[in-house]
Amino acid sequence: MRTTATGFVILAVIITAPAVPAIDFPAGRDAVGHALNRLTYGPRPGDVERVQRMGLSAWIDQQLSPARLDDSALASRLPAMPAKPKTVSSQQEARRYGREAVQVLAQQKVMRAVYSERQLEELLVDFWFNHFNVYAGKGRTSLFIPEYERDAIRPHVLGKFRDLLGATAKSPAMLFYLDNWLSADPEAAERLASQQQQRRARAGLTAPPNAQQRKRGLNENYGRELLELHTLGVDGGYTQDDVINVAKAFTGWTIGRPQPLGRRAQGARRRPFGQAPPAMDMDLGDAPFRFARELHDTSEKIVLGHRFKSGGGMDEGERVLDILASHPSTAKHIATKLVRRFVSDDPPEALVARVAARFRETDGDLREVVRAVITSPEFFAAREGKMKTPLEFIASAVRATGRDMTDAQPMLRALQQLGMAPYQCQPPTGYDDTAETWITAGALVTRMNVAQQIAGAQRATEIGGPEFQKR
Amino acid sequence: MTSRRVFVKSGAMAMVSLGFAPSFLARAAEAATARKKLLIAIFQRGAVDGLNMVVPYGEADYYKLRPSIAIPRPNAAEGAIDLDGFFALHPRMGALKPLWDNSSLAIVHACGSPDQTRSHFDAQDYMETATPGVKSTRDGWLNRYLQATGSDTSPLRGVAVTKQMPRSLQGHAPTLAVGNIESFDVRGGMGAARELETAFAGSSDSLLSGSAKAAFEAMRTLHAASSGRYQPAAGVEYPRSPFGQALQEIARIAKSDVGLEVAFTEATNWDHHVAEGATQGQIAQRLDDFSRALAALATDLGDRLSETVILTMSEFGRAVAENGNRGTDHGHGNAMLLIGGPVKGRKVYGKWPGLGADQRFEGRDLAVTTDFRDVFGEVATRHLSLSPEALANVFPGFRPGGQLGVFRA
Repeated sequence: MRTTATGFVILAVIITAPAVPAIDFPAGRDAVGHALNRLTYGPRPGDVERVQRMGLSAWIDQQLSPARLDDSALASRLPAMPAKPKTVSSQQEARRYGREAVQVLAQQKVMRAVYSERQLEELLVDFWFNHFNVYAGKGRTSLFIPEYERDAIRPHVLGKFRDLLGATAKSPAMLFYLDNWLSADPEAAERLASQQQQRRARAGLTAPPNAQQRKRGLNENYGRELLELHTLGVDGGYTQDDVINVAKAFTGWTIGRPQPLGRRAQGARRRPFGQAPPAMDMDLGDAPFRFARELHDTSEKIVLGHRFKSGGGMDEGERVLDILASHPSTAKHIATKLVRRFVSDDPPEALVARVAARFRETDGDLREVVRAVITSPEFFAAREGKMKTPLEFIASAVRATGRDMTDAQPMLRALQQLGMAPYQCQPPTGYDDTAETWITAGALVTRMNVAQQIAGAQRATEIGGPEFQKR
Repeated sequence: MTSRRVFVKSGAMAMVSLGFAPSFLARAAEAATARKKLLIAIFQRGAVDGLNMVVPYGEADYYKLRPSIAIPRPNAAEGAIDLDGFFALHPRMGALKPLWDNSSLAIVHACGSPDQTRSHFDAQDYMETATPGVKSTRDGWLNRYLQATGSDTSPLRGVAVTKQMPRSLQGHAPTLAVGNIESFDVRGGMGAARELETAFAGSSDSLLSGSAKAAFEAMRTLHAASSGRYQPAAGVEYPRSPFGQALQEIARIAKSDVGLEVAFTEATNWDHHVAEGATQGQIAQRLDDFSRALAALATDLGDRLSETVILTMSEFGRAVAENGNRGTDHGHGNAMLLIGGPVKGRKVYGKWPGLGADQRFEGRDLAVTTDFRDVFGEVATRHLSLSPEALANVFPGFRPGGQLGVFRA
């Protein structure tokens, strides 16, 4: 029986993944249980047997092609997103919508973690959102978080890294969160301001009182985090000059601004870019990516040794993303993070090197990169050491009990208590993924109490106990 | 009825009645008689703009480079609060002025890391491990201090009032991270708690077994020493902000005499790349909350302040010049505050490097003239009980640059 199963597994690997050397999937309940613990939000009753029947390799393939999995039962569990209002009449109204939208999105996230059949995809959406973290509490970022996850993150988690990177770079959520929407060539901004002043003078209007204060210039925030966190990694071999030149290359990458309707109605053509929107009717309908040529720094730049001739435009940002996506440091950085997520808090170097090589060979094909991690011998050998994050703990507790959860709100409160509220991680580093951060005396007590709440007295000591905290 | 509820709620009493050795009670009693020196470390995460917190108003370049966010000179309207004729506090930090006046507030300016990183993550890591430039350090400096100075395994020697264990306190010495003392209790009855305690004690994973052991011990001790709602000293009102509440929890633990030696918490949201503000706005609001909370803590500690040092830190400072969005980008040197009875206050320590173009670090940032480890080291040896010979255990690879003299003899 065992031999047959193994034979079948090997065959499946050969058929479906010719590019990867066939590996001998460990057979037996332990290996399946391990895979379910690491590649899903925890096994439900009966899952181990189900995967054993279909074979681990076939199951992994299925999880790597989530579109083929029927997930229609999930839809009825997802609370409806509030409709994005076309216009709002005040900042408060905009903020209220943002809060509501993120609240519902957080409920959906917990529901998906517990009930989606596309478990690996959900884990990866969480992983990549966290990699390209944005924080709902910063200004108007929250207004754009639902579409950020839906359009910039989710479609690309098993696609090409360059597409994912490009989608985040152009997303209003990221442009807001890391301030790039405000970044401008100081001279261009000054030119623009003086033109506007002249126009106003011709129209017989006086200059705004704080015109001087509205002068804008370069903001390094996105440029730095793009290099440090999104691509090369902090030791990836860049300098402060690279940060500045990358920031310059992205000047003018901004968003179609929410229009103050009052102004528009008065016939004013354009509000000077980058001013805080006045508290009046704003158009929230669309704030898509926009390249503002007039704010772009057209000077010559050198980025990581590549010369950008003067006179460039939006192509400069794209070229920076190309350089970064294909840089060996990026391959290594992404490989390290994925191996840390799925294998060990201390990523084995040999595996990181193989996964990074796979990243480079496949031009950053994330499906193949993830496959290289989760079919590795190191993955199956690493049975100990990884601990569940609060989200994994809570979702796996609900899954283990097989409970019918209709309201995600109590789970969100528990996540808040455990310090991992969805979309509320303020720094761009995202939530940490190592045991020492999450397994502390205080957190264990909270976990024991949450176990009571989810599992009741019957299984509280199992789910609040030590074995269940392991991933 | 009431007494019965209290009895059941108190894990400590319950455990005694179940026959557990009451060593924790002995410890609490012992701690009460031999009160230890206390350090309260506060991390301003996100890199506070030290030049707008402790304003070098005597520098012309400060005003030249910050046209829209400079804090006006002391005599101007909404001006900074003068300290010594050159430096001044942000006008919303008035709550700390009485501590300056009575010599229990000192400042170390142009202080920071020898490492030049402008990454929040790395710089915080370097400061919390106190090993700038070394990423492989596993434990935090406060934990190494605990390791070096005692064999007592009580997790209450080092407590972080945070949801996650900060890097500073991670390591082999048992420590506790807890958000709120009142709700720090295992629900579901004594049977469940005992079963869980036994299960964790038997875990082969040392992180799980160690953390759980710390948790159960700490619960017993804390509940035996301090139960019910906390009542600060008369007239003290902590801000209702997360930072204010965290400091109140620290005061509560400190005053319950359970052997606390090192406490930690954090104040967040200092990363003002856009519209930082000056006398009003983002930084003003944050500094207002920060100062009022610190002042409340100092007052609430009462005579305990005579054996307490509150030390503030932030991963790096911010660029001298404002950026294109009336904010500031990541910089280098910064200011640390020290508050407490042992502090020789009413003085700004450290060599001031100046803000002129050729005096700035890489032409843009406040230069660092005092290694942050010199401040940490002085706190550990002069205020706490670390012997100078053991300094190298807590700060591996560090050659001290000389005493600042920030503590009273």
